[in-house]
Amino acid sequence: MKEFICIVCPRGCHLKVDDDGNVTGNSCIRGEKYGKQEAIDPRRTLTSTVKIKSELVRRLPVVSSEEIPKDKVKEVVRCLDSVEVSAPIKVKDVIVKNVMGLGVDIVATRTIEK
Amino acid sequence: MKEYDLVVVGGGSAGLAASIAAYEDGVKSILLLEKEKFLGGILLQCIHNGFGLHEFNEQLAGPEYAQRFVDKFMSYGIEYKVDTMVLGINEDKSIIYSNKEDGYSIVKAKAIIMSTGCSERTRGAIAIPGSRPSGILTAGLAQRYLNIDGYLVGKRVFILGSGDIGLIMARRMTLEGAKVLGVAELMPYSNGLNRNIVQCLHDFDIPLYLSHTVSNIIGKDHLEKIVVSKVDDKMNFIEGSEMEFEVDTLLLSVGLLPSNVLLEDMGMEMSSTRGPKVNEMMETCKEGIFACGNSLHVHDLVDFVTKEGREAGKGASRYLKGLVTRNEECLECVAGDGISYVIPQYVHVSNVDDNVEFKFRVRSPMENKKIVIKINDQVIKSVVKLHLLPAEMETVVVKKGEFTSNNGKLVIEVEER
Repeated sequence: MKEFICIVCPRGCHLKVDDDGNVTGNSCIRGEKYGKQEAIDPRRTLTSTVKIKSELVRRLPVVSSEEIPKDKVKEVVRCLDSVEVSAPIKVKDVIVKNVMGLGVDIVATRTIEK
Repeated sequence: MKEYDLVVVGGGSAGLAASIAAYEDGVKSILLLEKEKFLGGILLQCIHNGFGLHEFNEQLAGPEYAQRFVDKFMSYGIEYKVDTMVLGINEDKSIIYSNKEDGYSIVKAKAIIMSTGCSERTRGAIAIPGSRPSGILTAGLAQRYLNIDGYLVGKRVFILGSGDIGLIMARRMTLEGAKVLGVAELMPYSNGLNRNIVQCLHDFDIPLYLSHTVSNIIGKDHLEKIVVSKVDDKMNFIEGSEMEFEVDTLLLSVGLLPSNVLLEDMGMEMSSTRGPKVNEMMETCKEGIFACGNSLHVHDLVDFVTKEGREAGKGASRYLKGLVTRNEECLECVAGDGISYVIPQYVHVSNVDDNVEFKFRVRSPMENKKIVIKINDQVIKSVVKLHLLPAEMETVVVKKGEFTSNNGKLVIEVEER
């Protein structure tokens, strides 16, 4: 049995998911879907920053192009510690391709012209 | 003296949306003044995602959300100055500013939009007892140091206040290698969004202590230890409930205050939100001066800031084109039972284009209630709400035809179903 607070809407239902994936405590179908996903394969979008050589700024903000498994988030952030890029960079430029073999790219969320 | 139709003070989400809306509505002579080195405002340091669900129907990181508006603003070739501080605004709508290139300068405007944002409440605002070592700073400042400048401000952290910035920083500092020992919230409920409680605290097993606050700060030069105590329903420390945490950093996420020094200097009276009172087109009590965004009232979602900026931009454009219908008749809009504030505070029904979107917050968490809008004690609209939280701004739209009177009092209140 796993317990979660649903984040689909502001109501915040307290969900219980049993070992067979049955969700209780939800008030709507979206809550059931969320509970199942959280119990089986919780995923998160990762955001962080990397070093950038630029006349204007010191850090470039980045995001994972898709959600990654929750238990991989810390490792990916560590892996970004050693990444350094140079301006110019545009929003959506790929900074790390297929990070840690997860099939997800790390992309820029800001344009830095020089 | 150089003259513009419209001068916008502040180049964050509100100011960018306002400038763009005014430009698209036909105002071409616009100058935007921004104190930081970049346009985009506070979003540039909010690198987490979740912005833009209402505006773009997708989740963007803060800088990316800002970039979309900066790109549009630039594509219109609207004039702007960064690294520029506005020092004062005169009655004749001349604006005094200074920057490295122009020195001390004055420009004249026919209309002004104030989108100056808000600032964080500090230790002084909440009077925490104890000594005054270094290592105590607001969560937003720590966010700036980390995300813009690349400095982690501490290794063992405690956070006071469950506001969203504090929760976001709990996750961010944890991911960057700090140990966050806990978050204390004075109220019996959290002030942050549910999503942030789950994804920033639960994901990292960071405890949230409700009805708790910091009762003592210990440290000679640098912070060494804090004492956290439970509070009773009168907010007094409960003796014997003390917990000690050895930390080098205390982050404060204890609320935001609209920044309106420029308007206050003009003698403008502030409302309970600490922002100016505005009418149906976001115009303040001074004709031709508009306000929007977090300097009007603190928003929880940037999407709503953008929307409000747009309203102010359109309002300024209407004003500049001479399309505003003004007469003496006006509804005064006030917060009734269970509501902490209502925006706008005034509605000139004759000047309403299509409808008015009233924005308000409830005073405490509530379930299964009715939001009722009354004009001169007569109910004109009522909406059922299953869940109401002070942390989530509510809106109700009233169509022009639904206003039953042009003057008197409009009250928004919470009633039992």
